[in-house]
Amino acid sequence: MTLTSIRVGVVTFPGSLDDDDAARAVRMAGGTAVSLWHGDADLRGVDAVVLPGGFSYGDYLRCGAIARFAPVMSVVIERAASGMPVLGICNGFQILCESGLLPGVLTRNDHRLFICRDQSLIVESTESSFTRDFSVGERIVIPVKNGEGCYVADDRVLDELEGEGRVVVRYADVNPNGSRRDIAGVRNAPGNVVGLMPHPEHAIESLTGASTDGLRFFTSALHGLVNA
Amino acid sequence: MARVVVDVMLKPEILDPQGRAVHQALDRLGLVGVAQVRQGKHFVIDIAGDVSGEQRVLLEQLCAELLSNPVIEDYRLVIEPESPDGGLAAPASGS
Repeated sequence: MTLTSIRVGVVTFPGSLDDDDAARAVRMAGGTAVSLWHGDADLRGVDAVVLPGGFSYGDYLRCGAIARFAPVMSVVIERAASGMPVLGICNGFQILCESGLLPGVLTRNDHRLFICRDQSLIVESTESSFTRDFSVGERIVIPVKNGEGCYVADDRVLDELEGEGRVVVRYADVNPNGSRRDIAGVRNAPGNVVGLMPHPEHAIESLTGASTDGLRFFTSALHGLVNA
Repeated sequence: MARVVVDVMLKPEILDPQGRAVHQALDRLGLVGVAQVRQGKHFVIDIAGDVSGEQRVLLEQLCAELLSNPVIEDYRLVIEPESPDGGLAAPASGS
């Protein structure tokens, strides 16, 4: 099995912004990107799915609240339960939380401002489909850009996440949005579903990104699938 | 016609930056003694005919799954029954 034979679906919802960048990151990582449409309950034979950033359905009601019920999500939720890798970035993370695939909710930034900056992060867990190419404790730089990126869950859930090593990345130096316990990304218990508030697809080339650290989230998934 | 009214509010322990911004504006505009402002959502759903028992169950479910997120929000669902003349029943109280 070769890397290019791995098909990674990128879902476009009405209001998605970063679907092209996510597809490009998949290609840069060596895989084949496949466009998926929110209205089709069909994953076109993909091996993994990326839910990209943006403002699906205008972020009406709550971020991700309407996207969660899109026809494509019924299949994503079903396949995620049987182990398919799913990465939600920013709005994608919000959709994963709303759909119940990940715990917690992303709420409005505590300082009320939309924030866009290159953000230092610490990788906390490599036990996920999207972080196996990192090492624990590694410091990386990935852009964040969000208005509602403040991760909230009750203490019991937060303790459980920390106890099980399910915090995947944590903000370093500064917490850009008030997220509880500086959480920037979490995973489900098996590790195939990951939600990230920062945007790895914007940090894949030195020409345009603050780093190329983001690429490894995508290569992690491809390497995991090719070795499976 | 029956009217279904759903109010959704952030749970008391959840930070409400929008409410805080409104609070600051009220202070600036001279309203004295504001202790707290919480901002929520108010849904008015008009349903043709009366609301069946089955629909009530579905409405409760949709309040918890779509209109609110129980992790951070509470909701209050009020179903105003159809009045005998086919219009909306007069509200129980009001100005």
